[in-house]
Amino acid sequence: MAQTGLEVRQLYSERDDRVLFADLCFTLNAGDVLQIAGPNGSGKTSLLRILAGLSSRYQGDILWHNHSLEQQRADYLQQLLYIGHGAGIKAALSPLENLRWSCALRGLPADDNPILSALAKVGLRGFEEQACYSLSAGQQRRVNLARLFCIPAQLWILDEPFTAIDQGGVAEIEQWISDFANAGGAVLLTTHHRLAINRPLRIIELGEH
Amino acid sequence: MTLFSLALAVLRRDLLAAARRGSEWSNPLVFFVMVCALFPLGIGPEPQRLAELAPGILWVVALLASLLASDTVFRSDYDDATLEQMLLSHQALYPQVIAKTLAHWLLSGLPLSLLSPLLGVLLHLPTAGMLALMASLALGSAVLSFIGAIGAALTVGLRKGGLLLSLIILPLYIPVLIFGSSAVKTAVDGGPFLPQLAMLGVFFLVALALAPLAIAGALRISVDQ
Repeated sequence: MAQTGLEVRQLYSERDDRVLFADLCFTLNAGDVLQIAGPNGSGKTSLLRILAGLSSRYQGDILWHNHSLEQQRADYLQQLLYIGHGAGIKAALSPLENLRWSCALRGLPADDNPILSALAKVGLRGFEEQACYSLSAGQQRRVNLARLFCIPAQLWILDEPFTAIDQGGVAEIEQWISDFANAGGAVLLTTHHRLAINRPLRIIELGEH
Repeated sequence: MTLFSLALAVLRRDLLAAARRGSEWSNPLVFFVMVCALFPLGIGPEPQRLAELAPGILWVVALLASLLASDTVFRSDYDDATLEQMLLSHQALYPQVIAKTLAHWLLSGLPLSLLSPLLGVLLHLPTAGMLALMASLALGSAVLSFIGAIGAALTVGLRKGGLLLSLIILPLYIPVLIFGSSAVKTAVDGGPFLPQLAMLGVFFLVALALAPLAIAGALRISVDQ
């Protein structure tokens, strides 16, 4: 893997005349796990939204496989799995229906088996057909996280993946992240939690200026 | 084929979610029935006068009902962040947006047009106008759905976009209203109403071709913050 995955050069962003980050440079290659840390309001979510291609409020260069994001957009989006801090699911639908839609958006064939095994993996076996509004907050979060296992990707961008998840679940998610990195995936995440994973972990602190 | 199955998946999901929630499709319908039922009370029950006003009343109220419903097209998707997933799909937004607008029309415009003959009877609309009323409302409300979706996409990122939404889309509704009510009036008078329907058909085809581009662009801007 000589190809650089995601490369960020001199990224600058501000919000309401307040500089969130300036001169931010880093690269993220296959197998890397990168944690964005910093106090509330330091621009972690803004950074992830910029990197996911949802926000254009930045200056600087973002390269994917050595080409700018604009040129590579379709390819980048195909390899990217972004899980934001929003619900990401329709409360009126069941986990199965939600994930069927998510998979269809990614152009995956209509097949329930990968979805059912993804739901089983996140501990929702038996809840597949139940409406999401009747699930607990942590279970709803798990429905959203189940996308990690039914949608193939090379890069995960996770915004606070541990919100509303119980202690056992946090350890599970850490395990998923290391497994994914071991298999050659790259992970970029924000969390206030101290990550315990058996991979070299890099941390970028925002809000230091 | 994949674009078609993508659109189908989006359509199925939207219809399913709306069917479970209920209020989304029933509110405009209830509004339509209530306001139409108030007119005979307000302007008196003389059949002659009501029949004269009926085409205009039915079309204006249907237009307001559609305006009322247009805010909901992307609102819940924005609130639960599933809109981000749509925008982050590597597949084209075009079929997704068409499917969402079609779902919205199936839940707002189509029931209005199916119910309209009943309210036509209430307002003493002559039977000669019924077919023109249903056809013009079915076709016209599809145009209104597309125009409304542009406004909804532009204002979905604003917390209080309601008034702005009306200001953006109401001027664009006016040609549809003119040709729609004119079709019904002509039919009541016994004239040919196909030219007006043909004009509505032209509006529909133009909206079908161009509105999804505007909607997709507007959604990207609304989420970009």
